[in-house]
Amino acid sequence: MSELPLLSLVIWLPILGGIAVLFVGESNPSGVRRLALAVSVLTLLLTLPLYTGFDRGTAEMQFTEQVRWIPAIDANYHLGIDGLSLPLILLTAFMTVLVVVAGWEVIQQRVAQYMAAFLIMEGMMIGVFAALDAVLFYVFFEGMLIPMFLIIGIWGGPRRVYATIKFFLYTFLGSVFMLVALIYLYRGAGSFSILDFHGLRLSLNEQILIFLAFLISFAVKVPMWPVHTWLPDAHVEAPTGGSVILAAITLKIGAYGFVRFALPITPDASAALDWLVIALSLIAVVYIGFVALAQDDLKKLIAYSSIAHMGFVTLGFFVAFEIARNTGSYHGAAMGITGGLVQMVSHGFISGALFLCVGVLYDRMHSRRIGDYGGIVNTMPVFATFMVLFAMANAGLPGTSGFVGEFMVILSTFKAGFWLAFLAALTLILGAAYTLWMVKRVVFGEVGNERVAKLQDINTREFAMLGALAVPVVALGVWPDPVVSVMTSSVDHLVQHIAVSKL
Amino acid sequence: MSATLNDLALVAPEALLLSLGCFLLLLDVYLPDERRHYSYRVAQGALLVTALLVWTTAGGEPQTGLYGNYLRDPLADLLKVALLLVTAAGFLYARDYLQVRGLFRGEFFVLGLFAALGMMVLVSAASLLTLYLGLELLSLSLYALVAFDRESRTASEAAMKYFVLGALASGMLLYGISMLYGATGSLSIAQVAAAVAGRGTDDLVLVFGVVFLVVGVGFKLGAVPFHMWIPDVYHGAPTAVTLFIGSAPKLAAFAMAMRLLVDGVGGLHGDWQQMLVVLSVLSMGLGNLLAIAQSNIKRMLAYSTIANVGFLLLGILAGTPEGYSAALFYTITYVIMVSGAFGVVIYLSRAGFESDALDDFKGLNQRSPWIAFLMLLLMFSTAGVPPLVGFYAKLWVLKAVVDVGLVWLAVVAVMFSIIGAFYYLRIIKLMYFDEPESQEPIAGSLDTRVLLSANGLLVAVLGIVPGWLLALCAAALS
Repeated sequence: MSELPLLSLVIWLPILGGIAVLFVGESNPSGVRRLALAVSVLTLLLTLPLYTGFDRGTAEMQFTEQVRWIPAIDANYHLGIDGLSLPLILLTAFMTVLVVVAGWEVIQQRVAQYMAAFLIMEGMMIGVFAALDAVLFYVFFEGMLIPMFLIIGIWGGPRRVYATIKFFLYTFLGSVFMLVALIYLYRGAGSFSILDFHGLRLSLNEQILIFLAFLISFAVKVPMWPVHTWLPDAHVEAPTGGSVILAAITLKIGAYGFVRFALPITPDASAALDWLVIALSLIAVVYIGFVALAQDDLKKLIAYSSIAHMGFVTLGFFVAFEIARNTGSYHGAAMGITGGLVQMVSHGFISGALFLCVGVLYDRMHSRRIGDYGGIVNTMPVFATFMVLFAMANAGLPGTSGFVGEFMVILSTFKAGFWLAFLAALTLILGAAYTLWMVKRVVFGEVGNERVAKLQDINTREFAMLGALAVPVVALGVWPDPVVSVMTSSVDHLVQHIAVSKL
Repeated sequence: MSATLNDLALVAPEALLLSLGCFLLLLDVYLPDERRHYSYRVAQGALLVTALLVWTTAGGEPQTGLYGNYLRDPLADLLKVALLLVTAAGFLYARDYLQVRGLFRGEFFVLGLFAALGMMVLVSAASLLTLYLGLELLSLSLYALVAFDRESRTASEAAMKYFVLGALASGMLLYGISMLYGATGSLSIAQVAAAVAGRGTDDLVLVFGVVFLVVGVGFKLGAVPFHMWIPDVYHGAPTAVTLFIGSAPKLAAFAMAMRLLVDGVGGLHGDWQQMLVVLSVLSMGLGNLLAIAQSNIKRMLAYSTIANVGFLLLGILAGTPEGYSAALFYTITYVIMVSGAFGVVIYLSRAGFESDALDDFKGLNQRSPWIAFLMLLLMFSTAGVPPLVGFYAKLWVLKAVVDVGLVWLAVVAVMFSIIGAFYYLRIIKLMYFDEPESQEPIAGSLDTRVLLSANGLLVAVLGIVPGWLLALCAAALS
């Protein structure tokens, strides 16, 4: 069993499955849906041995595979996971199943292309997390844009063309600078292996330029203020499944890039410029929180809320340097980084769930305006329960997964400085404000209008979808250890690594 | 030295192609119109047999022959096989297009064969005069091909422009060659290189000569500011001819650059590197920016050619073997991509309808999902998006540029690539996101469809396993 190339299987099965779905063709939509579901469920089952077979005591890369790929440029097909990437791979596989289920009835046009796009994208996203070679990483990182571009552009809303071209060009712009940085690193390291990059010694000037290149690239992906403007448009115009994958996984890829590339390769520059990232993160948390408060479109509100939550993630990563500066040691930095990672996983579940809820409402009412709703609880009580649960999780209620990550980040930020933590903790108020106000206007109260009065409650498929998300949201909130324990060794290793200067 | 049997064996491919070309010319005179497809088949046979001959006699040490005028080395072999296969593909794409428009005459294939012959001579040139001879044979054939549709005023205008500008550029090249001869006393490329190594950059005549050489190379490639012929010729010529002009001659132009600038005046690298930097940056900038404004896909692809040529020049100006291999790889993959793109334009056209406006691509995904998918692969590849081969081409060129320390140039190149990505995205947007304007069925012959599919899928397959072609290019230039 340990000889089975699990990572390759988990990457290529969805990609080949997606191509197979295309061959089933548009004339057989129910066959397409069933095949897509089977492939995504099979991929999820194949990721479980990754979890059970994972050794939590070590920070070494596990399930590694290495094959010579392009000798002419020293690029190898090198895969491997550690505690940073494993939870994200599981998240990706899980969310794809839900996205396939979510598109079951609502997508009637070109079903085969829709399912194929998501499956191929799943394979590429897992490839991003598993790649240990810079060229392989970049290929998957950029290649992902193609299916997402098509998903938003073909099945999206009225302004989808504007949104998708903006999304593609913005992200493409960010990542080409990273490409130049990776080529420069190759010159120094002599290979494209990411682990070799980690060990490469660089001068401060080189580190700052490389860090800025990584920052531009990942800041657009995360997204951080002020390069976040593609996200509200993309999320709003995308079909439900597209929004879920965008929010749950794609944003995490940007944050993953920080811990896999920026922090370990340029620790001194990260320490020197940590104020920049922390400032941008806090702006995201506070300012974007206020922007979310002002939204009338449900999806836009959740989109802005995503930006604010991702601000927490980047804050958690970079507060480590502030802690070292303030207290003289990196003790406590691990909690911040772990908090950021847990927040990534939890936010994946919660934002995915919220977008699915909005999708359920939109399928019925064809409106995302908060003003068109009111008193959903009267006609859709089961749905309302789920929606309130996820809204509470989004606000960071203890007992739900949203609290765990935020708490860890705020605690470690306290070590870095009281006012930093104060600003970060404002999310507890702002998050509650915009989420609960939205819930109040949409879910509670009197029935708003006639159309709301005629709403049907969720059917079995939708119940299964939302229920499958409710379980991890609550479970992680009550017992986060299964996720946190996976990360501990790798986070400690990372902190030890960034504590040592490369100059 | 006298001509020996060895020499004849050396030039056997060219001799074979020449003989078959002349045979085809004669055959075509005696064929009635309904048997014209025999001309096509003989032409294809000629190309494929010649390619086979080159392939089987390839390898081994570089050899010169014919009084030092002819050189056969791995680069020449690789480029000859590539250009012969690309020409064969071009003929296949052209066949139906010409038939529908009443242009299906044997002269098209004869001219194509002579153009291919010119390219082969150019690629194997060991003397400046041989190089010029091959260049002129190629160019004159192409001028005639552009004017092939004599009913079309735009084609005649395009041919006129191409001819006048081409003659001017050839004149400049010849002037540069004459200066080189004056400075070094020899027309043999190897002896010029030896003289340059001895003399260095002090000789002003040499440097001036190099300037004119760069002008000639720049014109043939289509680099700014010698690019003005490209949009008009690409637009005005019949699409089948545009496909041919846009593909194989780029390989020959690359060979010209290599023979002249690298094999010949490689010692003056510092001088021509600066010139090529200017050409490259201007080409990438102007090509990408102007392509955005186009509403005709042939013109858009013309400006895209200019932009890609700018990128290609980056590899050459790097001055290292990796740079040259990268530029070669870029040229070969680019030729594959542009053949496919024009192939799609031809496939979509029918009698009386050119299908070269951008709006003709609207809703292609609904009319013909497979063709739309092939175009998607080709467009994303030319834009440089992984996991398609265009990305690796750009990566390798950028790597060569960064390796010699020109990091700022790499950054400029990627910036222009982003700007350029827009017009490729626009094609995909038209195909996938818009409703179709016409519901005419899209049909073509089976072999064209197979070739187009292979062409498009090759771009994806090379994107997954680019290593073998990269290794081939590196070996050709080692």
